[in-house]
Amino acid sequence: MSGAPPRLHSLGEAALLCELPPPATLAQQQRIWALAHEAAQWPGVEEVLPGMNNVTLLFDPAHVDGVELEMQVLSAWPQLAIGAVQGRQIEIPVAYGGEAGPDLADVAAHCGLTPAEVVRRHSGGDYVVYLLGFLPGFAFMGGLPAELATPRRAEPRVAVPARSVGIGGEQTGIYPLVSPGGWNLIGRTSVELFDPKAAEPTLLRPGDRVRFVVESVQA
Amino acid sequence: MAAVAALTILRPGIMASVQDLGRRGLRQLGICPGGALDTLALILANRLVGNADGAAGLELTMGACELRFETATRIALAGDDFDARLDRMPLYPYWSVEAQPGQVLRLGGANRRGDKEGVRSWLAIAGGVEVPAVLGSRSTDLKAGFGGHQGRALKKGDKLALGLPRLDTQQMASRPFGLRAPEPGLDPDDGATVLRVMPGPEFEQFTVAARDALWSEPWLLTPRSNRMGSRLEGSELKRRRHADMLSAAVIPGTIQVPPSGQPIILMGDAQTTGGYPRIGVVIRADLGKLAQAPLNGRLRLQQVDGAAALAAWEARRLYLAQVAQGLASAGWPAPAQNLAEGVSSHAD
Repeated sequence: MSGAPPRLHSLGEAALLCELPPPATLAQQQRIWALAHEAAQWPGVEEVLPGMNNVTLLFDPAHVDGVELEMQVLSAWPQLAIGAVQGRQIEIPVAYGGEAGPDLADVAAHCGLTPAEVVRRHSGGDYVVYLLGFLPGFAFMGGLPAELATPRRAEPRVAVPARSVGIGGEQTGIYPLVSPGGWNLIGRTSVELFDPKAAEPTLLRPGDRVRFVVESVQA
Repeated sequence: MAAVAALTILRPGIMASVQDLGRRGLRQLGICPGGALDTLALILANRLVGNADGAAGLELTMGACELRFETATRIALAGDDFDARLDRMPLYPYWSVEAQPGQVLRLGGANRRGDKEGVRSWLAIAGGVEVPAVLGSRSTDLKAGFGGHQGRALKKGDKLALGLPRLDTQQMASRPFGLRAPEPGLDPDDGATVLRVMPGPEFEQFTVAARDALWSEPWLLTPRSNRMGSRLEGSELKRRRHADMLSAAVIPGTIQVPPSGQPIILMGDAQTTGGYPRIGVVIRADLGKLAQAPLNGRLRLQQVDGAAALAAWEARRLYLAQVAQGLASAGWPAPAQNLAEGVSSHAD
């Protein structure tokens, strides 16, 4: 059984938002991925966009009627193959602290931990990619140990260096590109998160499991 | 095959970039669709020079732009013409004319006539701008820095190549002809740009006053607008209660309301997910009007339902079919969709 069905809303005339009641959990997100996976194969559905606890289906109204699509979602819901989306295990090497992670000390101070302990706990976590958004290849991940949650910086940076690893509120993530950003930067990875020339342009996909591997630590 | 420079940018203006109909199917990786902000304008310009609908053209911003043709070709300008001249000859919008090697196309600055401020123009050139397709499109992703010409806005001195034209030499040199420009959809009383909008998923979360204001009050289109979003100014739109929003997909046309209460209408280069309440969504048929709405001008948002939105899209489809027929009877090549870009109801 898949639990209560999603609430459906139109997002304009050619997109359907399917939203689960809160709270967002990994179990709920697995249902979201399963629905996304299945809906991607329906005629007239052009793109499936998983969000946090929701998925939006972009469709061509010339090929599928909106009401028909809503019925398809609701009738597919109880029989989704929840395990259909098997994420991969991805390891991301990180140089923590120093010039690569200028806010490591601030995060440590906020959390009442030593910088080394922040690194140990951050790299000890199991993370799951819920969705990609914000920038090409930017993963919204769940799984940050609660004690590492740190509010965003009061003054966002104009240019966060590409491949920076940061903590913003209860989330951790990696900036694929140079971008303005308010997260606390604790390290940097050497792997590319986004390469438009590659057959698979992003390193991460929804459903992937991520571990951060300590490459070096500088206080 | 070595690309031959066919076009030199002498002055790019505020922002000029290579755009086609945008990228498809990559939003779930965080990659925005991009593409010409007024797809109807680009399609019409392309058809006027015999191109496939999805051929890459130039999106020019606020005129004040100059470029030189290095080869004989055929061009069409859509959107605001900014008193464009090809050497001394006026180039009217939605006209198809021949350009000779050495001829210079100049667009004047905004508000030159003093009666309006234009915003964007799209230039199609026979054969289309030839840059490598990246992730299925020739559009420039300015934020992520890929696609188009070297992943960036055009600069003075840039040289661009053209693809193979679909016109023969006789067609290329045929006399100028034009199309009637599409209706801009302005309010006849105050000249405001009228956009048709469907209520969004969080519409009901707003106060009655906010919902009324959305439809009844004029909105100022601020100059802080760009290819990512059109920022509006007007009444503060308040929510009845604060509810946390989880990240969810946003599409071009989505009207987001950040905590300031001043709405932002997302455009083609907007990020793919957002966390602000979505009070409405501009219908697909009106996105191009927004791309051409003058800065510091007024917008009016008109509530419509899904059926009206579909009817408006169908009217656009019929109009494009009529244009195709008109061009065919004048001996022009039949419109084609590029295999690389295709035409999606979303990218287009």
